[in-house]
Amino acid sequence: MRADHPDREGRWAWRLTGAITLCVYVFMFAPIIATVVLSFNASMFGGFPLTGFSLRWYEKLLTNEPVLDAFRTSMWIALVTATVTTLLGIMAALALVRFEFRGKQAINTLVILPALVPETILGVGLLVMIKAVDQPRSMALLVLGHILLTLPYVVLIVQARMVGIKRSYEEAALSLGAPRVSTFREITLPLLIPAVLASILLAFTISFDNTSASLFWRPAGVETMPTQILSMLKISISPEVNALGTVMILLTVGIPLAGGLILQSLTWFKAGK
Amino acid sequence: MHDDNSHDQQPRPASAGAAGDQLAQSERQPTGMPAVEFRDIDIFYGKFAAVRDFSLAIRKGSFVTLLGPSGCGKTTILRSIAGLVDISSGQISIGGKRVDDIPIYKRNIGLVFQNYALFPHKNVFDNVAFGLKYRNVPKPEIVRRVKKALDMVRLPGSETKLPSQLSGGQQQRIALARAIVFEPEVLLLDEPLSALDANMREDMRVEIKKIQRETGITAIFVTHDQEEALSMSDHIVVMNAGLIEQIGSPAQVYDQPATAFVANFLGKANMLPGSVTVMDGKMAMIALASGHVVKVAAPKALATGSAVTVVVRPQKLTVGTAGAANRLAGRIVSTSYLGGNAVYEIDIGAGTLVRANTLIDGQPLREGEAVDVCFGPLGCVLLDAQGLRIA
Repeated sequence: MRADHPDREGRWAWRLTGAITLCVYVFMFAPIIATVVLSFNASMFGGFPLTGFSLRWYEKLLTNEPVLDAFRTSMWIALVTATVTTLLGIMAALALVRFEFRGKQAINTLVILPALVPETILGVGLLVMIKAVDQPRSMALLVLGHILLTLPYVVLIVQARMVGIKRSYEEAALSLGAPRVSTFREITLPLLIPAVLASILLAFTISFDNTSASLFWRPAGVETMPTQILSMLKISISPEVNALGTVMILLTVGIPLAGGLILQSLTWFKAGK
Repeated sequence: MHDDNSHDQQPRPASAGAAGDQLAQSERQPTGMPAVEFRDIDIFYGKFAAVRDFSLAIRKGSFVTLLGPSGCGKTTILRSIAGLVDISSGQISIGGKRVDDIPIYKRNIGLVFQNYALFPHKNVFDNVAFGLKYRNVPKPEIVRRVKKALDMVRLPGSETKLPSQLSGGQQQRIALARAIVFEPEVLLLDEPLSALDANMREDMRVEIKKIQRETGITAIFVTHDQEEALSMSDHIVVMNAGLIEQIGSPAQVYDQPATAFVANFLGKANMLPGSVTVMDGKMAMIALASGHVVKVAAPKALATGSAVTVVVRPQKLTVGTAGAANRLAGRIVSTSYLGGNAVYEIDIGAGTLVRANTLIDGQPLREGEAVDVCFGPLGCVLLDAQGLRIA
């Protein structure tokens, strides 16, 4: 705190901050980078040292029927989940933000609850319930489970946006002669679009990524991408897993990023700048 | 709303409904059907009565202002015309047609909001054309009428702009264009000026009034700003706590406030309590609580000893004028210099403060100076013990 050296301490503080930040980032990203780097490693074993650059593990992946099956299954489930959840989420958020009814507060809390309950508990719970009504585990159950997992997040996102859309926009449209459905289509929905896109992307990613709950719910003989990777790992850490991991990273990081970019350019274009 | 000889509507809470009906009657004779008519409207939110016994008939082409403090029910009434608030009992007619069960989008009303409420994702043209589109107006006609409306609000050529590229005043003018372009039966303005800054507000006041007169549209304007109400309206409905206090022309509500509330709300009148000591022809001698005795013209003979309140506008008070009928000695507590005039707060004894707003020439008087506050016997209003104007 010496007045004649005002920036010496400041400089050290900055260096320290920089070093800690670097450590945190290394810690966060090293595993991801390792996976990506190792996926291009020519070695037979899925670990270091690096022996050469190769795309053979990707080639192998493309001919691995179980992996391709799992990929298709996951894609399909994630798409259905994202679509259905987003539709439900919009409706729920509309009701919770725009209308007054008894027990609104309770319903609001209940909708969010599944996000707070540990996934394993949800997994077991749904399974127990299915057993109680004597139904087999099916794809429908798996999709329903994923909807259950993603709905809270979607409701939260759409609700937050909905609160920001002034009711007077809708009232203005109504007063100008637009019936309720037209008002929703022309005013509310376009203003909700950012939240809708975000919901679709988030629901897709959550569903595509989900491991623990899917382990409980998948029907016999069906694998999703994460469960497939898990079962591959049971044998050994093959370099193929690294390649698969890289594909997963690309998808789950790339899709939201792309969505964000599209959205940004959309608003940019709208603003006419 | 009524002819000059039938003025003096003095609805007081209990009689507001009846007075409104009279108004409706006198309205119907000269001009036919009122543009908007309320009959015995009650609006409850749960157990809370937002509006009680509201009756009013509004002549076609007139500019009516609902004036009152926040929470008085004025906005609720406005929204009930639009169909955005359900009335609990009574009936509302627009153009002679009951609208209680007609949904908002079929009511053919123009609505202007405090926060403009322009659709942020649509450009000016699409905003203004919105109402026409839902009335199946052919496209070339839409283009023509949007252009005309934009000319009217003095923003020609702004069709392709987005609301975010316009200033607050411009946005409100577009909102006005959007609300009048389809020639609605009634234009509802919900505090449209309060989000604008002071300079803009005055311009918009003049502009709204001009457009209303040019188009001949019936306008209902909600505000808590007495200046807006006085300067723009043909008729003012003063409301308080869900009830009508007075209906009248700006001059009537200002010069002849029906109740203590109206006197106080419009222009912060001085309220001097006292009691009648003697009647002298048409003049009443009144002993004020401050100790002074004043002479005030009374509209009728008053019983000696009856409690009254003398209402005097700050503008009717002069400071130190010779020859005035009533002189109250006092001391200046505060001075606000406003250029051409000054507002003084003067302590006239017994803790009574009066406000005088007088024209000045040069320097205002200083705080602490002893002065005489003067006013004539005419131009005062007398309220009875219940706070109602003695007529």
